[in-house]
Amino acid sequence: MAETRVTYDFVTRTIARTLGNPGKGYFALLASAVALLGVGIVCLLLLLRYGLGLAGYSHPVYWAVYITCFVFWVGIAHSGTLISAILFLFRSGWRTAVYRTAEAMTVFAVMTAGLFPLIHIGRQWYFYWLIPYPNERGLWPNFKSPLIWDEFAIGTYFTVSTVFLIMGLIPDIAAVRDVATGWRKKLYAITSLGWRGTNEQWRHFTRGYLYLAALATPLVLSVHSVVSWDFAMAIVPGWHATLFAPYFVAGAIYSGVGMVITLLVPIRKLFHLEDLITVHHFENLAKLCLLTGMIVSYSYCVENFTAWFGGHHAERAAFWYRAFGPFWWASWTMNICNGILPWLLWFKKVRTNILGLFVISIFVNIGMWFERYVIIVVSLAGEPFERFANATYNPTWADWGIMAGSFGWFFMWFLLFVKNFPAVSISEVKEVLPAPSRGKAVHA
Amino acid sequence: MKLTNPLTAIFHPPPTPGVLAVFGHLDATVDAIGKLRQGGHADFTVYSPIPRHEIEDALDQPVSPVRMFTLTGGIAGCAIGAWLTLYMSYDWPLVLGGKPVGSIPPYVVIMFEMTILFGALATILGILFNALFAARRLGTVAYDARFTNDKFGIFVPCEPARAGPVEGLLRGAGAEEVRRA
Repeated sequence: MAETRVTYDFVTRTIARTLGNPGKGYFALLASAVALLGVGIVCLLLLLRYGLGLAGYSHPVYWAVYITCFVFWVGIAHSGTLISAILFLFRSGWRTAVYRTAEAMTVFAVMTAGLFPLIHIGRQWYFYWLIPYPNERGLWPNFKSPLIWDEFAIGTYFTVSTVFLIMGLIPDIAAVRDVATGWRKKLYAITSLGWRGTNEQWRHFTRGYLYLAALATPLVLSVHSVVSWDFAMAIVPGWHATLFAPYFVAGAIYSGVGMVITLLVPIRKLFHLEDLITVHHFENLAKLCLLTGMIVSYSYCVENFTAWFGGHHAERAAFWYRAFGPFWWASWTMNICNGILPWLLWFKKVRTNILGLFVISIFVNIGMWFERYVIIVVSLAGEPFERFANATYNPTWADWGIMAGSFGWFFMWFLLFVKNFPAVSISEVKEVLPAPSRGKAVHA
Repeated sequence: MKLTNPLTAIFHPPPTPGVLAVFGHLDATVDAIGKLRQGGHADFTVYSPIPRHEIEDALDQPVSPVRMFTLTGGIAGCAIGAWLTLYMSYDWPLVLGGKPVGSIPPYVVIMFEMTILFGALATILGILFNALFAARRLGTVAYDARFTNDKFGIFVPCEPARAGPVEGLLRGAGAEEVRRA
């Protein structure tokens, strides 16, 4: 963005243009997303009608694809807050061009994740029993259960990331309000809440935004730690490890950055944002992916080493089952995609090749989905307390259909968002440009 | 006799008379702020498309009170988290394995999440309250649509009779456009 033609006015016009007619490619993507969602809805309706027997649950595997998808989507959410809050506190200028997309992705990913525990509980209409409210049974939720911690963590995360996204949008909606015409002008006039960029407004906004970022930073690290405790607090071999919290957080950011790359490549092309989102941004995202990928690789080594070095027969058996049991294909997909693939990112040639990054980012997410599948399903299937049980588990069409529907749901919201609201932060991109000045240009 | 809607006074207050200047450059805006403050003007409004420390420094405003909202919300959230978990445990006491009914370590997770939740919501309320609802002269001060794009602006409230010297001052500081509102 060092080129002189990128001025304040250019930024406003380029981003306001993304709100116009996006062309056939966009509508084709949106139609595919809605079609996938349709598949998911049909499967879900059948599941509601005929019960959880349609899913492939089989003793002792009672947490399966739905919980895998839940952890997968919560993980996807994490990089958004990392980029928007943690990198904000670290003052990294490059985040400005990509953080809005990442943050919207966070909100929609948590919206998707939240569906899965509800689908998984079977009697979805009783979901409110999780909420502590005075009731005729005189019962309260068990606050010593990690599942209740999880509910509080995910609820807080969804609320905070949504308000954080909306707060950041206000000055940008005001900027597009002032260049829009017709019904959009009215819509943006209402949603910008009277923002005019006065010194008083900026004074409170910048302070408040700083505190929101400061609150979101520990939150993002806590949420996936709490998700990991859903497993680590149990005594199932393969789950019961103190390593789980940092291991899950690193994995979450690894998959989330992968998803940001997967989303940004087509968005940049469809909306002609090449001047604002450059190879430099992709390279930095790839570096984040590399860092967290290395932590994940290291965690895999530690996990296996501890199982062997700890000397407990059940733990050793669980990890042997994982690598060489009937689910060997899932484990090795996970090991190759998350343990070996990120090493490619050490090369600058790979990090600056956008098509290459796009392909890698898809494999990152395949790998991370299988990581959750391996941790959840394979650990349960191989658990040594139930040797008498015939632990064959295979996901059914109800599992795959609802999972496909979740992708449709996520992409539908995301595509609607980028078309109707500024997908790149207008005011923050301007902040990293030199300010117009009579003398020498003033850099931020 | 003409009847007026009393709500009009609240939702459509009459515009504040004054002078609006449009600046194309940040340093000119900062110069104008300095000159206005030297000339004894205090309650003028500065518009900018982005927050800039130069403008903040020139205005020398106190730190935003939003931080008190955040602190209050955070403490309240932590207390609510503690109350929720402890009260509900003792309201239906179930002793498991001889362990305390109200055990603090697992409740720290809930207390932590509630601290963040209430802290963040209070911060949002703080921003909305201070920046939008409690702002002086909201909606009555002249505005130009270019202020969210690439121009800086200053509005100085003053009576039409005294607008002359203010206009001169703003032009002298490098305003591209000066008009009365």
